[in-house]
Amino acid sequence: MTAPGNGRAPTDRILRIIRVVGNVLIILIVVAWSGRGVKVDIQRLGRGLGTIGRIIGAMFPPSTEHFGRAVAAMVESIQIAIVGTTVAAVLTLPVSFLAAKNLGAPNAVVWLVKQFLNAIRAFPELVFGIFFVASYGPGPLAGVMAIGVNSVGMLGKLNAEIVENIDRGPIEALEAAGANRIEVFVYAILPQVIPEFVATALYRFELNLRNATVLGLVGAGGIGVILLQSLQFRRWPVVGMALLIVVVAVTVVDYSSAYLRKRIN
Amino acid sequence: MTTSFKTSVDSGSRAMIVRRRLKRGVVTAVVIAIYVWSARGIGFNVVDILRELPLFFSLLGRMLPPNWSFGLRILPAVIETIQIAILATAIGAVFSVPITLLAAGNVNGNRPLYLVAKAFMNLIRTIPELLYASILVAGIGLGAFAGMIALVIFSTGVIAKLTSESLEAVDTGPFEAIHAVGGNKLELIRMAVIPQILPSFSGYTLYVFEINIRASTVLGLVGAGGIGTVLRTSLDLFRYQNAATTILVTFLLVAVIDFVSTKLRERLI
Repeated sequence: MTAPGNGRAPTDRILRIIRVVGNVLIILIVVAWSGRGVKVDIQRLGRGLGTIGRIIGAMFPPSTEHFGRAVAAMVESIQIAIVGTTVAAVLTLPVSFLAAKNLGAPNAVVWLVKQFLNAIRAFPELVFGIFFVASYGPGPLAGVMAIGVNSVGMLGKLNAEIVENIDRGPIEALEAAGANRIEVFVYAILPQVIPEFVATALYRFELNLRNATVLGLVGAGGIGVILLQSLQFRRWPVVGMALLIVVVAVTVVDYSSAYLRKRIN
Repeated sequence: MTTSFKTSVDSGSRAMIVRRRLKRGVVTAVVIAIYVWSARGIGFNVVDILRELPLFFSLLGRMLPPNWSFGLRILPAVIETIQIAILATAIGAVFSVPITLLAAGNVNGNRPLYLVAKAFMNLIRTIPELLYASILVAGIGLGAFAGMIALVIFSTGVIAKLTSESLEAVDTGPFEAIHAVGGNKLELIRMAVIPQILPSFSGYTLYVFEINIRASTVLGLVGAGGIGTVLRTSLDLFRYQNAATTILVTFLLVAVIDFVSTKLRERLI
């Protein structure tokens, strides 16, 4: 057990200490600068944490009379996530093959589709939510569309990578046997990629469930709507009940989805 | 003899095929049933979707061309976004230390406390940051402070979760050595835990910083400060070209931070 630095030249140790102290100093300066910008000092931080304690205290006991309404809204969030993810999976299907380099799509098309997917991913989901609420009116439909369109960015990217990593063996075998392009696609490519597409969609579904709870904050349906309303009037026991339902539902869905993904792989 | 053997194999594999088809059929039916239930529950139908789609695209179209001159005016909001993320990450990293130690089975021998720490970390992470932010805005008031606290809660959970998992996988040889020479818990943490866990702790902290930058760009949509505030105002006032500029600047900010943070993380490893 030799301490690090032992046995080296003393100048090495001094240099090392200077580097560590320098790094710590840089971090402290950056944090202090940020603290001044956000107007946070230790006192305010303490008060803020005290407020959290008071909020949590006010949420208990959660309002049992809103239990039914909160569960119904959470079910709506789950339904939004299910339909939204399905819409996304359908929209992604053609894009996945166009964004893959190995299936004969022209390079320019591949590049263009990939940039398009990047642009969608860069767009905040809540902004999609705001636009869809503006065009479809408040409600779950706007949430479905926000999730459906926004998920295409990530699903398209992941699915294109899956397509790019397929085994060429079956394709060559079918081509050698004289199969046409459609037959190669249906019998050699689709069977390889579909299970993995399903797994990525399930993974995205887990993220989308969280997103579906948030989208209600801009009016796009689900449990977020209840949170928005109860927060406006500071009805903390209702907020507590809604949060409780979110925690239970997200935990259950996460475990089931992870279990299903394991089964598919 | 050979024929009977052959037929028994055939009937066996046929039974397997039938079973597999049956299973696939059941799975498909369940999936379709879930889908129909969901679609009916929220009143989803393709006709409605298509009817309103042109309106959505015309709204998107009104974002073009972006108002470039707006770019400079949002610089203070960009800086605030970065500051929220830095502060939240730093405070979250500090708060995560005790939870990390409690949630590592090889450091904390107290089983009930260990389980409580694990449950606490998982609980924190089930709630999305934006929900924390909107709750804190209602409790503390509009502004960057509420957003920062929301990200502190989230960062604490994620850093503690990732670091405690790394900690549970480290070499416990040094732990035993320190026990053997009669070292106490604090000495164990200082001599055996910190040197082994510091690189992964720093790496996870930088990773959470990247997540916090992304989250901090949308906090303003629920009133919790940063560049999202500008975005929300632009959208509320129907200044879609300003909104487009804000989104582009956000995109640029996230890309730059990701690049810098990735470079720093590479140096750590």
